[in-house]
Amino acid sequence: MTFVGLVMEKIVTRHFGEQNSHLLASYLEDNGYQAARKALGQMTPAQVIEEVKKSNLRGLGGAGFPTGTKWGFIPQANPKPKYLVINADEGEPGTFKDKYILEQDPHALLEGIIITCYAIGSHKAYVYIRGEYLKSLETLQTAVEEAYKAGFLGNGIMGTAFDIDVVVHPGAGAYICGEETALIESLEGKKGFPRLKPPFPAVVGLFGCPTVINNVETISCVAPIINKGAEWFAKLGCEKNGGNRLFCVSGHVNKPGVYELPNGTTLREIIYDHAGGILNGRKLKAVIPGGISAPILTPDQIDVKMDFDSLKSIGSMAGSGGIIVMDDTTDMVWAAMVAARFFAHESCGQCSPCREGSGWVYRLVKRIYEGNARPHDLNNLPGIVNNIGGNTICAFGDAVTMSVGSYVSKFRSEFEAKIRARVCQT
Amino acid sequence: MPNVTIDGKQIEVPVGTTVIQAADKLGISIPRYCYHPALPVSGNCRICMVEIEKQPKMQIACYTPVADGMVVKTNSPKVLEVRKTVLEFLLVNHPVDCPVCDQAGECKLQDYYMEHGQYDSRLGDVKVKKEKKAFSIGPTVMLDQERCILCTRCVRFTDNITKTHEFGVFNRGDHSQLDIYPGKQLDNNYSGNVVDICPVGALTDKDFRFKCRVWYLAQTKSVCPGCSQGCNITVEWDKMRPHQFKQARVMRLKPRQNPEVNDYWICDKGRYNYHFIDDNRIQHPQFKDEVISWEKAIDTIVTVLKDLQEANSTNRIGVLASAQLTNEDLFVVRKLFKETLSGALIDFKLPQKPGDSDNFLMKADKNPNTAGASKILEANIGEEQILQKAKQGELDVLYVFGHDLVKLFGKETVSQMARRLKLFVYQGSNINDTCSYAHLNLPSSVYAEKTGTFTNCQQRVQRIWTAFLPLVESKADWEIISLISAKLGKPMNYQNSQAIFKDIAATIPSFSEMTYENLSDKGMILKVSGNP
Repeated sequence: MTFVGLVMEKIVTRHFGEQNSHLLASYLEDNGYQAARKALGQMTPAQVIEEVKKSNLRGLGGAGFPTGTKWGFIPQANPKPKYLVINADEGEPGTFKDKYILEQDPHALLEGIIITCYAIGSHKAYVYIRGEYLKSLETLQTAVEEAYKAGFLGNGIMGTAFDIDVVVHPGAGAYICGEETALIESLEGKKGFPRLKPPFPAVVGLFGCPTVINNVETISCVAPIINKGAEWFAKLGCEKNGGNRLFCVSGHVNKPGVYELPNGTTLREIIYDHAGGILNGRKLKAVIPGGISAPILTPDQIDVKMDFDSLKSIGSMAGSGGIIVMDDTTDMVWAAMVAARFFAHESCGQCSPCREGSGWVYRLVKRIYEGNARPHDLNNLPGIVNNIGGNTICAFGDAVTMSVGSYVSKFRSEFEAKIRARVCQT
Repeated sequence: MPNVTIDGKQIEVPVGTTVIQAADKLGISIPRYCYHPALPVSGNCRICMVEIEKQPKMQIACYTPVADGMVVKTNSPKVLEVRKTVLEFLLVNHPVDCPVCDQAGECKLQDYYMEHGQYDSRLGDVKVKKEKKAFSIGPTVMLDQERCILCTRCVRFTDNITKTHEFGVFNRGDHSQLDIYPGKQLDNNYSGNVVDICPVGALTDKDFRFKCRVWYLAQTKSVCPGCSQGCNITVEWDKMRPHQFKQARVMRLKPRQNPEVNDYWICDKGRYNYHFIDDNRIQHPQFKDEVISWEKAIDTIVTVLKDLQEANSTNRIGVLASAQLTNEDLFVVRKLFKETLSGALIDFKLPQKPGDSDNFLMKADKNPNTAGASKILEANIGEEQILQKAKQGELDVLYVFGHDLVKLFGKETVSQMARRLKLFVYQGSNINDTCSYAHLNLPSSVYAEKTGTFTNCQQRVQRIWTAFLPLVESKADWEIISLISAKLGKPMNYQNSQAIFKDIAATIPSFSEMTYENLSDKGMILKVSGNP
């Protein structure tokens, strides 16, 4: 068994569990805001971007896009104001890491915001927090007020000529508002509908202005990168995936929780070493590696490294780092139905394949689960599921296809059994 | 300019043109629900997906701009498959109640299913039930939420064109439903247009609902006679079932696209202004209370006119022409009353309260041809003087075209005039209070029964086409006038209105070089005089 605290360096969770870790005073004790001072005092914006590029920091909201590259897309010649938007609408089932960052170490996020704004030439950042995260909202709001008072936010921060305002904005509870362009729409006061792309937010984003959108965890890594250097950060992870990741382990494990581990840790190690193995010594049946949208994996696949590229190569995705473990008591048709119900409930309803398809798929899986389906229903299911992905405005449709499709393809015999049971009854 | 190849055909289009626009130019029809050329792109229906070479994913044609060298396929197996797929999704929760749906026959779900769908149903599940079916959302439009495919054309129309913001999509996922915002009604000057742009049976027109199946309708191009804007319309009339619906022929009016005049829209005033075509018409020539033949009617007029002509007293003739008449009618009126009977007192403008207007299509001048009347029939006296003279017994003949004098000047004045006049002719299409005072009533045909031209407020000369024959004994105004002229010994020899228009073009400089052919569908602007 690996002992987390002994062998590895924590970055984002370094203050977790400390008393009053959310307060400015505690944060300042551990070199707080020194990275911001360094960036603003000694580095040019271009140098900051370069450093982040070299660190191999990738978007930890789920897409894994190289962060420094994303910042580089902001057209500096554009005379419009630039915005930074922090995506704290953590809605992916199985994911609960950003919540801890916001509640345990909000100043790490704020320091990251300052550095990022400096790098992209923005003077205003919005933090869009999931509506249900009341405590996170309160903690972050307090931290923002503290930072204003201490001169880390506002006009001419830390004795420089740099101005920055941070606005904390709660969402209203729609999963789709975690999709970056739906988030922008929502932030602008409209219904959370994803936008057609291109243009991407870097060119036309919030209020029609160039905008960088990053996840809470991503931006929380920025200050340590500036403090300790890109090479240090890159070395922590594996190839093209710098740093650590927060893995949220839930389901049938002995020690569910948030684990900060280097990119490249295997799924087996996370489940059996860190999360204490399967509950009651039962056997693993299936595991979702990156939030409910990620295709499900079977026990023979858990030696995969948990970085973006490795998971992609086996047909799944690292996503949001939400690991949902299912033991051998799990009814996989039921699990598929729960996933399908989630998608049907959260589809924004803008474009037709996803709007109509997600509900149809749910009703169909539900019918199979309840023993009301016939063999042709199961034959139709994969085709219907497949018709959604690739045909929609945003990636939600792809998630329906990948997620629900994976249950059917990997556990088809369980679906067949439900149908057989029905045929026998009648 | 980018050069794009669509289904093997090449076209050069301006930068920014989308694939669907380029395809339209080539005559390649890509199916569409949410896309409408006059509305912002929404990209939500997904049926216009096409394959583009070198792009891994299919793209929606309505949003993808063409690039130089782009090669697009709109009929590959992959594309056809996606169309089926999208149709299947759109019909998952659709009630498929075509037999009782007013849109049947002009429904894009039906059309595309026949063209691109034709799959066997895979549905075994209960459909999502939506709240409002046959629900009134305003004075003219009904909403059916379960037929709606949420293309948001109506939302974008009321957001961007009328800017009245009545519609919204409420709820999420397959429970999304189109509705009116709480406390609102769809009651703006252009409400009816949402029915036109709705590709399915979700929004239907109360005025038209259940009157006629659309496949019984014939379409005739025309111009709205409701105001001086001259919006291009299509008169839609029942071509085979004359016994239906109170024997009315016209079932509805629809806007006809003309980017220079009305784009794709018409106002509600114009849209519902057609009942007069079939209702309350003057059907026969009538002398006082007696129905008479056309021959007798013409004789009656000519006898009086001839006397005045011979007595050199044509100045005892008053004519109140009308800007409701076509250019052709007016030209013939001019020939009779300003040439053959020169000296007659003539005007066409009557004091009318300005009607409703807005800064979009509705104009205060409720006549379709004021500009044409001014050019063709220069008035030689004011209308009030004509009436004054009639009242004082200084006129023997008053010839009125369609004006309801009673409504304008009151019973007293009109009955006083009627008593003093030797002959009081009312020539018009519909019965009004003036008819009972006129000595002679002549039935003229309405715009939908004649061919001709109107000149709108932009000085644009636009054609109207004959939808159907004049009702009972009514005749086009120009025909009636030329009968009189012939009887007076001055035959005009016009076979049709086209021949009259030729004469107009030859006589009146601002119309020169215009012909029915080159007016075509979009019309032409009058030439500024002195500047050929």
